[in-house]
Amino acid sequence: MSPTDTIHHAYGQLAARRALVLAAGLGALVASGLLDIATGPAFLPVSEVARSILRLSQDRTVDAIVWTIRLPVALIAIFVGASLGLTGAIMQTILNNPLASSYTLGVSAGAGFGAALVIVMGSFLPVLGDQAIPVSAFVFAAIACAGVFAIGQTRGASAEMLVLGGIALLFLFQALLSLLQFIASPEALQLIVFWLFGSLQKATWTKAAIVAGVLALAVPVLVADVWRLTALKLGDERARGLGVDVRALRLRAFVLISALTGTAVAFVGTIGFVGLVAPHIARIFVGEDQRGFLPASAIFGALLLSLSSVASKTVLPGAIVPIGIVTALIGVPFFIWLIVANRRSYW
Amino acid sequence: MKIETEGVSVHYRATRALNAIDIAAHPGEVLGLIGPNGSGKSTLVKAIAGIAAATGRVLFGGEPRRPEVLGYMPQDIGARTALTVLEVVLLGRLGRLGLRVDQRDLAAVGATLEELGLSRLASRFIGELSGGQRQLVYLAQALAAEPPVLLLDEPVSALDIRHQLEVLEIIGRLTRERGLTTIAILHDLNATARHADRVALLKSGDLIGHGRPADILTAPLIARAFEVEAAVSTGADGHPIITPLRALGRKAA
Repeated sequence: MSPTDTIHHAYGQLAARRALVLAAGLGALVASGLLDIATGPAFLPVSEVARSILRLSQDRTVDAIVWTIRLPVALIAIFVGASLGLTGAIMQTILNNPLASSYTLGVSAGAGFGAALVIVMGSFLPVLGDQAIPVSAFVFAAIACAGVFAIGQTRGASAEMLVLGGIALLFLFQALLSLLQFIASPEALQLIVFWLFGSLQKATWTKAAIVAGVLALAVPVLVADVWRLTALKLGDERARGLGVDVRALRLRAFVLISALTGTAVAFVGTIGFVGLVAPHIARIFVGEDQRGFLPASAIFGALLLSLSSVASKTVLPGAIVPIGIVTALIGVPFFIWLIVANRRSYW
Repeated sequence: MKIETEGVSVHYRATRALNAIDIAAHPGEVLGLIGPNGSGKSTLVKAIAGIAAATGRVLFGGEPRRPEVLGYMPQDIGARTALTVLEVVLLGRLGRLGLRVDQRDLAAVGATLEELGLSRLASRFIGELSGGQRQLVYLAQALAAEPPVLLLDEPVSALDIRHQLEVLEIIGRLTRERGLTTIAILHDLNATARHADRVALLKSGDLIGHGRPADILTAPLIARAFEVEAAVSTGADGHPIITPLRALGRKAA
């Protein structure tokens, strides 16, 4: 084989593996989404659900259950899971740290504080009405993101400073949240705790569309930066040597993280584990060429939250367990198995 | 593309890392950058690469603008990432890559990997390779974009002597064949004597010698820069041969 043939063969294998993993992930996601819609107080046959989605069903009751109640929930699980998986992947890439996610670096904690602030103090902008909680959560997620970025710009603007800044803000927002819980009335306290558990049940078509819209806006930005992000995996200095403006790249990434996490968390509460674990699954299957890593992280994040949604409706008969609890209960054993069973070391 | 530095200085807070350096590197030649640890060699290469904030001017072909494609190989050969050798080398052509990788880019990467004997490692993760193999992969990355300029920070430090020899010969050959302007930080003075066309000698951020190897690799300059007494003779091929004899100015522990 000539050098060109050898390299084409090697590249073809990498590309085929990437395509196969993404296709399999999407297939599993469709199946999980259908199962999620089928599951509930009244179990619908999956075939009936598929017919209803394709507008082929004759049964008005099934159509009403599917289109009004369950489809928005199933879709928001998929879109929020994809947003969280994607933000985890972006964070782990730009910070070169496998422990990074919006949950571990204070962004979700900021959103939680923002939500609790409105629950306890009331809306600072009365015109927002019911939307005051998600708006405040979004704003504080953005403040947390800006805070992490600002702290990270000191002392050489390194990834380590950003991680330290994130951890510091995580503790700060957790302390502020505890303070709010301490002074809250019993009713407000209950609301805060329920919000922090995370819930998909308040999903609407509008909310699902907003989360999907932000995801769609993120795609062209990520496509444009996909090779620069891959280069950053080799370290700041090497990326700079390859002509990457590392600071500007991180700034763009933080804006995306802020928007994606902010919208996701604002509508469903803090869901911890997806952003951490989805990129790890993606890394094992497709490596860290971001052309495969970012979409795979989004797909696995969506799959994880979709499966968690199914589990949340089935583990306790007659009750819906908060999604944040289920993701951790399913995700933690799976994650531990994953990192123990996988012998390759990337970090 | 000739590289010239004019009064290039770098300060890290209150510390002066480089003091008004004037050097020149010519197309088709390897400039060996030598000096003791902490003398400012890496800082000078970073200043030329445009990734260290410096005062003074760096000219590429007479213009104060970094070329679009530049082969820079930093000292760090860490690899905490799940990228294959092929992907790492492909990144050398970063500015030209789109979502779909062009056939020309793949062909260039294939030729570079072949040149450095890395073809069989193309599908391996970089983290699974030895330090020496990683160093070759990063050299391949620097070469992959076919840059007019090569800036190499200790390109052979992790290699055994056979690979050191091979790689330095490849760097020299490509430099001559492609008319590259190569600046390489080297520690081995004898390798520098054999493989560099010119030498720049740094000490404590100052340039204390710049010229042909035979003019710079002399016993007095080696003693001044490295505080080592050395015997310098001339080999059959005309290159200086340096034999370190003893450390100067410091009592043995």
